[in-house]
Order: sequence, then C-alpha cells, then structure tokens
Amino acid sequence: MLAFEFMRQAFLASALVGLLAGMIGWFLVLRGQSFAGHALSHIGFAGATAALWAGMPPLAGLLIAATAGGMGMSLNNARHGDRDIAIGLTLSLAMGCGSLFLYLLHGPASTATALLFGNVFGINQQTLQILAGTVLAGLIGLGTIGRPLLFASLQPELAEARGVPVQLVSTCFMAMAGLATAICTEVTGVLLVFTLMIGPGATALRLGLNPVTGLCTSAILAIAEAWGGLTISWYTDAPVSFCIAALSAAIFGLTTLFRRRG
Amino acid sequence: MTHAISCQTLDVDLAGRRILCGLSFHIPEGSIVAVLGPNGAGKSTFFRTLLGLTPVTRGALSLFGQPVRRGRADIGYLPQTRSMIGPRLTGRAHIMATLEGNRWGLASKKRSTEELEAVLQELNATDLADRPFGTLSGGERQRLMLAQAMLGHPRLLLLDEPLASLDPGRMREVAELTGNLVRARGITALISAHDINPLIGIVDRVLYLAGGHARIGTPDEILTAPVLSRLYGTPVDVFHAPSGQIFVAPGREA
Ligand SMILES: Nc1ncnc2c1ncn2[C@@H]1O[C@H](COP(=O)(O)OP(=O)(O)OP(=O)(O)O)[C@@H](O)[C@H]1O
Ligand SMILES: [Mg+2]
Repeated sequence: MLAFEFMRQAFLASALVGLLAGMIGWFLVLRGQSFAGHALSHIGFAGATAALWAGMPPLAGLLIAATAGGMGMSLNNARHGDRDIAIGLTLSLAMGCGSLFLYLLHGPASTATALLFGNVFGINQQTLQILAGTVLAGLIGLGTIGRPLLFASLQPELAEARGVPVQLVSTCFMAMAGLATAICTEVTGVLLVFTLMIGPGATALRLGLNPVTGLCTSAILAIAEAWGGLTISWYTDAPVSFCIAALSAAIFGLTTLFRRRG
Repeated sequence: MTHAISCQTLDVDLAGRRILCGLSFHIPEGSIVAVLGPNGAGKSTFFRTLLGLTPVTRGALSLFGQPVRRGRADIGYLPQTRSMIGPRLTGRAHIMATLEGNRWGLASKKRSTEELEAVLQELNATDLADRPFGTLSGGERQRLMLAQAMLGHPRLLLLDEPLASLDPGRMREVAELTGNLVRARGITALISAHDINPLIGIVDRVLYLAGGHARIGTPDEILTAPVLSRLYGTPVDVFHAPSGQIFVAPGREA
C-alpha cells in the first residue's frame, strides 16, 4: 500500500499530526479542557468555510480561527459550569456560521464532507509542508512552556505564588491547542478531532504514567491509531475517519477495562 | 534583628471591601504562629498578601526586611484550595511538577530528589507518594502537600488550614510532625486553623483575626474573654478544660 504516493503522504501527515495532537491532547485531558478542544475544531470549521467563501485556502482559515478561538477561550475565567455553557454556545454559533458560509458558497457537498470528516488522502505536498511547520512550532512551544504548564495545571495557586505567569502560559497553551486542532482536522475532520486529540491523552492518563512517559505514550498512541486506521481502511475500504475513531475508542475502552480488573 | 514579618498600618481591600484594617505587628524569625479567626476573617487573604498575590492597599508589609513581592523562592506555601487535577498521577509526580515548574522547558525527567525523599520520610509519606493522587484520602493528600511546602529550604512557611479534613488523632500527629520539622530547621511558620487545640504546645504565638482587625501574642494572652470580646465586638467566652484544651464560644450578655 505504500507504493502509492498519496498513501505515503497520508502516513506522513498523520504521523506529524499525531505527534502534536497526542501531546497537546494529554494536557487538554489533564486540565479538564477536552470540551474546549472539541469546540476549537468547530470554530476552525467556521474559519475554514469563511476562508473558502473569501477565496482563500481552508487550512489558513482553520489555523487562524482555531488559534484565535483558543486564545479567546483562555481569557474566559468563568466558573466551570458557566464556562461549559459559554463553550457550548460558541460551538453552536461557530457551526451555524459554518453552515451559513457553505450556503453562501454554493459549493459541492463534498467540500463540507471533506471538512467535517477529513480528507487525508487528498493531502498534497504543500499542505504537508504547512503541517510540518505547524508541528515544529507547536513542539517548540511545548518545549518552552511544558514545565510551567504542568505546574499551573496541577496547582494553579501555588504556581502563581512561585511567580509562574499562569495566564500567559494558559493563553499560549490554548493557542497551541488551536494549531493542533486545526491540523488534526486535515486527518480526522472537524467532527472527529476527539479521536486523535483526546483519545490517546485520556488513555495515557488512565494508565497513571508519570508526565514525561505519559506525554510520549500519548503521542505514540495517536500516531499508532492514525496509522492503524489508515491500514484498516486500505484493506477494508471503510472510511479512514471511522477506522481511526473506532481504534481510538477501542483502545481507551480496553485500557479502562484492563485497569479496572488489574 | 530583622523580623520575619512586619506590618505597619496595613490595609488590604478586595473588590472595594476592606478585608484587613490597620494591621501593625512584628513576627520574629523562627516563630511558629497559629493564625485563627472565623470564616471570612481574612486568614487566606493575609497569606496571599504575604505571597504578593493580593496587593497591599495601604501601609507597609515586609518579609525579612524587604517589601513583599511575588515569586519568592524562600516561601513554602500550602494553599487552602486543594486542586484535584490529574488524579491518576502519583503524589511524587505532583510534587516534582511543583518543584521545577517555575523554569521554562518541556518537563523534568527526574522522578525524585534526595531532598524530597528525606522530607517524605520525615512525614511518613514515602509509600503514599507512589500511589495515584486521586486514590488518597484527604488527610494523606494533605501530608504530601505539606512535604511539597517544605521543599527548597524555605525561610517562611505559610500553611493554610493544614489540619482541615483530618480526624482528631491525625490533627495532633500532623501538627506535631510539622512543629518538629519547622523547629529543627528554624523556619518561621504561620499555620491557619479553626481550632487552637491541636496546636497547643506547638505554636508560640497566636495571631487572631476578626472583623478586619488583628491581635497577636502568646496563646495565654490572646485566648481570653476580654481580648476576643473586643476583637469580635460581641461578648465571647473562653473555657479552659481540665485537659488543657481551650474552647471559644459566643458569650451571653452580662
Ligand atoms: N477574590 C476576592 N474578591 C473579593 N472578595 C474576596 C476575594 N477573596 C476573598 N474575598 C473575601 O475576603 C474575605 C476574607 O476571605 P479569606 O478567604 O481571607 O477568609 P479566611 O479567613 O481564609 O476564611 P476561611 O476560614 O473560610 O478560609 C471574605 O469575606 C471573602 O468573601
Ligand atoms: Mg481561608
């Protein structure tokens, strides 16, 4: 199957995406922000359709909207319940805007399907370069703020007292979460970013691994699930997004079962 | 001799409300102080002001002769609000995350340090540190966070209700452990609590906050009906049990 150029591109793209999505996802789950991560992809969807409508590449719109959305969300200091309401409303509004732009666009239905469910086999050389650049930026970002981010996530008040710029760290992190979500959309589509962002991170945390091991495990799992999904899809002809989603859910489910027994 | 803490007509406002009003006192280095007072008296606010997290509205507040500022490495702190994030990470991972968390970088690969293991041993918490944080009881978690506060050779220790959610036996045990650790290291410690009894014989001073005002002195000086009645602005009775325990209760008009 690797004889085909598009397959090699797809494997490369999902490795890049899995690497960043797995690590960012671990932090999102740790911080209890998986719902926010989900909403980011919907904000990205609105951005992508707006970009299409304006005659720009959708990935640009995705990246800009999701990153800005993440930074905006980090400034919302409301209590947990109120925050979920705000995120839910933003998410719906973003999807609504997306459908409006699609309507204005009069584009083919396949455009919407590709955005919603991903189009990993349609990734070209240029997109791959953008993905690589984004992943590099994200990894450099995590390499810089990882330690204070972990501290601020686990013990926010203590971190503040020790002089960690908690708000700045959280805003940087959510901007990076926006980047990761945007590129994840290229593989899994808007609706299924949970599969690569949240599934592996949740599995790694469930295993009770210490932070460094957990982060690496999460990234490896994300890549493995993406590659596994591509392979299954190749042999069964089922949609890639379905295969990745099924694998991600199955691995998380098995881990939970195993941990409960053990 | 420099004082560990000195307040000079210190006012602290929060959201336009005066929380602490005209505090003036000194705490010498090496003291162990119980910070007492009803809910909302400003105990946590006073700690946060010492940490530079809540600004001084008026007056002066200095630590070891320097004005307060945020991010001092020589203050150990146990916050009152205990976060329950990352319940499956081990206690050791939690503490390690706090240890080098104020430096940039990806993550510390170190699993532990000699200092941490020594403090854990002193607090009888070595085994606790291996278990997932979320499966520990409230009191066990408290002991680990106490270990966290002791790290980095602090000169000042701010423990915000370290005895909350402990059973009476454990209260005394943790209070004694803390007292021994602190005294052996010559650390100045402020320990907030709602009950003086587990701290009797361990603290040498009481800082009593009520109605925005403060009184400081030895337990015998402060825990008397006249002093507390003036502080509260209503009659308060203080009872001494034969066991040496002290009880503060609302009094009846004479
Ligand atoms: N961020 C804030 N904004 C406005 N008011 C605040 C804030 N934090 C605390 N307060 C108020 O300041 C007062 C003192 O609060 P503080 O937490 O210091 O009390 P405390 O003595 O620690 O009480 P407790 O025994 O319940 O812990 C309370 O009336 C509280 O409502
Ligand atoms: Mg308090």
